[in-house]
Amino acid sequence: MKKSLKERLAILSDAAKYDASCASSGTVRRDSSSSGGLGSTEGSGICHAYAPDGRCISLLKILLTNFCIYDCAYCVNRSSSNVERARFTPQEVIWLTLEFYRRNYIEGLFLSSGIIRSSDHTMEEMVLIARELRTTHNFTGYIHLKTIPEASAPLIEEAGLYADRLSINIELPTDKGIAKFAPEKRPDGIRQSMGKLRLKIEEMAEPTLQSKRRKKFAPAGQSTQMIVGADGTSDATILGTSARLYGSFGLKRVYYSAFSPIPDSSRNLPLIKPPLMREHRLYQADWLYRFYGFEIGEITASQPDGMLDLDLDPKLAWALGHREQFPVDVNRADKERLLRVPGFGTKTVKGVLSARRFRRLRLDDLKRLGVSLKKVQPFITCEGWTPHRLVDRPDLAAMFQPKPEQLSLL
Amino acid sequence: MMYRYSLRGRGDLTEWRDAARAYLMAGIVPDVIEWRTMDDADGLFGFDDNNLPPPHEAHPPLSVPPSFIRLAGAVICHSDPTRFALLYRLLFRLMHGRHLLQMASDTDVVAAQRMAKAVGRDYHKMTAFVRFKELPLPAGTAGRRRFFSWFEPDHFILARVAPFFQRRFTDMDWLIATPKGSASWDGETLRTCDEPAEKPDLKDETEDLWRTYYASIFNPARLKVKMMTKEMPKKYWKNLPEATLIPDLIANAEASVIEMGKRAASEPLPFHHRIQEAAARAPVPSAPAAGTLSALKGEARHCTRCDIHCLATQTVFGDGPADARVMVVGEQPGDQEDLAGKPFVGPAGKLFNDTLAEAGIDRCSLYITNAVKHFKYVPRGKRRIHQKPNMGEIRQCRWWLMQELELVKPEVVVAMGATALFALTDMRQKLEDVRGEPMALADGRILFVTVHPAYLLRIPDEAQRMRELDRFRKDMNAVQRLVRARAPYRSGPPNAS
Repeated sequence: MKKSLKERLAILSDAAKYDASCASSGTVRRDSSSSGGLGSTEGSGICHAYAPDGRCISLLKILLTNFCIYDCAYCVNRSSSNVERARFTPQEVIWLTLEFYRRNYIEGLFLSSGIIRSSDHTMEEMVLIARELRTTHNFTGYIHLKTIPEASAPLIEEAGLYADRLSINIELPTDKGIAKFAPEKRPDGIRQSMGKLRLKIEEMAEPTLQSKRRKKFAPAGQSTQMIVGADGTSDATILGTSARLYGSFGLKRVYYSAFSPIPDSSRNLPLIKPPLMREHRLYQADWLYRFYGFEIGEITASQPDGMLDLDLDPKLAWALGHREQFPVDVNRADKERLLRVPGFGTKTVKGVLSARRFRRLRLDDLKRLGVSLKKVQPFITCEGWTPHRLVDRPDLAAMFQPKPEQLSLL
Repeated sequence: MMYRYSLRGRGDLTEWRDAARAYLMAGIVPDVIEWRTMDDADGLFGFDDNNLPPPHEAHPPLSVPPSFIRLAGAVICHSDPTRFALLYRLLFRLMHGRHLLQMASDTDVVAAQRMAKAVGRDYHKMTAFVRFKELPLPAGTAGRRRFFSWFEPDHFILARVAPFFQRRFTDMDWLIATPKGSASWDGETLRTCDEPAEKPDLKDETEDLWRTYYASIFNPARLKVKMMTKEMPKKYWKNLPEATLIPDLIANAEASVIEMGKRAASEPLPFHHRIQEAAARAPVPSAPAAGTLSALKGEARHCTRCDIHCLATQTVFGDGPADARVMVVGEQPGDQEDLAGKPFVGPAGKLFNDTLAEAGIDRCSLYITNAVKHFKYVPRGKRRIHQKPNMGEIRQCRWWLMQELELVKPEVVVAMGATALFALTDMRQKLEDVRGEPMALADGRILFVTVHPAYLLRIPDEAQRMRELDRFRKDMNAVQRLVRARAPYRSGPPNAS
């Protein structure tokens, strides 16, 4: 008997939940007031709900189908898994997107799919959905399409005309890992697709000679995801792969997804609690690399095995290993040095730079800027405050270690 | 004397601004003004008690930085009764120092920024957590679909946020009711009023599908309740259809993970075996005949002779006719070449193309390749910084270059830059010493040395660059003459590719 729409929605959203990305930000501003249709995007994304896993629900994140001819060990939808299978028709996906959107449940659609028959066949159906939403239904909300590995170039180009963001998941940080866990995927093919996509995005962003207007092509760029903890790859290797991806393909984001046990799991994979703290530290390190001027090597040098310290955030770990660079004078240090102070974020640094033009800053000023004094005090000097060689204290690290907790069993 | 001023206090900046302007022109200091709203507990004062100083005709117009207007527009929506006095204090102080708002750690500035931030958050949460329910049209009627929402904001933000909903939901009628007023849209007019509304009791069947989605997208193995309640505080839950599921989802999370663990690795269904068999039967694409350029290119795709391949996107092999009379050798692919998989397509390639066109050479007649076939770089943020290949790497990659020479058999080989020269001859001479003079290679071919076009792009001095460009063009002309001077057809049989 055919499953109801509700049953299939349950299956095909359950199948999509291992994709970490749900962002709806970074695209162009547009709205429906001139078109008379439905939808708007206003720069920053909106999280319309949060699930008890703490993750933002911004988009209707579903699979077109969870039938798949690939057999990637880490994936809940791999062909050898015994999960229930289902598929939507394109019309059903369109209906769900529009009805959810009208009720303000979502910012738009994040559509992915298992690979059925061939890559092109699957990609064609996904492009059809995006095209119908944009043209027939006058929908100006957010659309994120997962591009299918090996899909042909014209289809990817058409996808980019309708979608805000395109993405393709590298999934594992090393080619060796991909060969082991995703035998049908070709890592060099995935990277070449990302490369082509970057060239296309850049080409379309050039103003045309005639109209001087830039064409819209995947205005929110491309992103990818890596699974963390399915194999033994170190954090240093993972972050090295990220640096390569950011530099080579202009990715907007690399998502890290702590490997989470899946139903009917393959025997090759660990049945563990997802390493959430590790995932968190990787995101922090990723931010240090992209917004704080750190090199990957600096971030991962603090531990000999290339893993990030789970007890200390990576910036603090770096500072404790480089005490000779502290204390930093809040009233004189340049932006690059301020950004390296544990406890200072980019906004704080902006506030400090602005405020100190008018007066010499004291601890009180920093407190009003929202800084946790306890955290920054050992690392800074300011008017009326010198840390008295605090940074040399042998127990400095211990001051920041989390309180010991009783171990809990899974 | 003391001044007293009562406001409606519903997030409207103009009523405060008009009064503040009058006080400021009269030079009234902040301490002597008592700002009140109609909601104040004692309710003793009405608008009739408002006392303003007499208007100052001669006073020059007041001006404030636009950033203050923006800040005040947000702060005025806050529900804190001290907001009017705070704004007046800031305004008064601004008259003595226009940079006040940039003093990010000033007590008043911090207080105002906090209020603005709270209003911003309330606005944002309203755009996120409003839930529309459809009001069915009366049977037999057609028209725009109608939706209704009940929401409880903390601050007076309705008029501020209503245009967001208009921009977003243009093609439907909607009404948002709140205890602080309501907003509506009918396709033509956006209306807002600040009369308190009451919560109605409505049903919408689509909510059931939404709850299904909410429950299924949740991953019970990653329970992080604190993170959820930080972003979706409980005060919003009563108006969110999905929130009724939360307690059960949390309570059953652990059990469902354990249940999942027990269901490890069962026997795959026949579907899987059919796919595996089909994949095994799929014909292997036939490889190009050995000893051709295509075969060589295919082999080079998986080259790991040196470590550069680890970071590169792909091997960028030579490109051009297999019987080209001229082979051009550059250094290594750059950023764009690495992505496109073709040599000389980036900025240096464009310059090279232009020069060829001016010299009257058809690029398609050349075989263009590089001494090193992978892009060597270090990632630096969003960019890749080009690194020169070292001798070991050039020697390793010579393996491919020599085979290209063997197969293409060019009459003239153009080395662009020192790396190409070293790869072809092992010479480590200064380019200037050998540039522009045709030399004989061991096998009778002619070697012609010139600069790499990327070098021309890096010359900062405009005049010098023009001179160098001109020399480069003349070099290309010289190559052209060299080829013309030789017999147009080679003696041996043409190469197949």
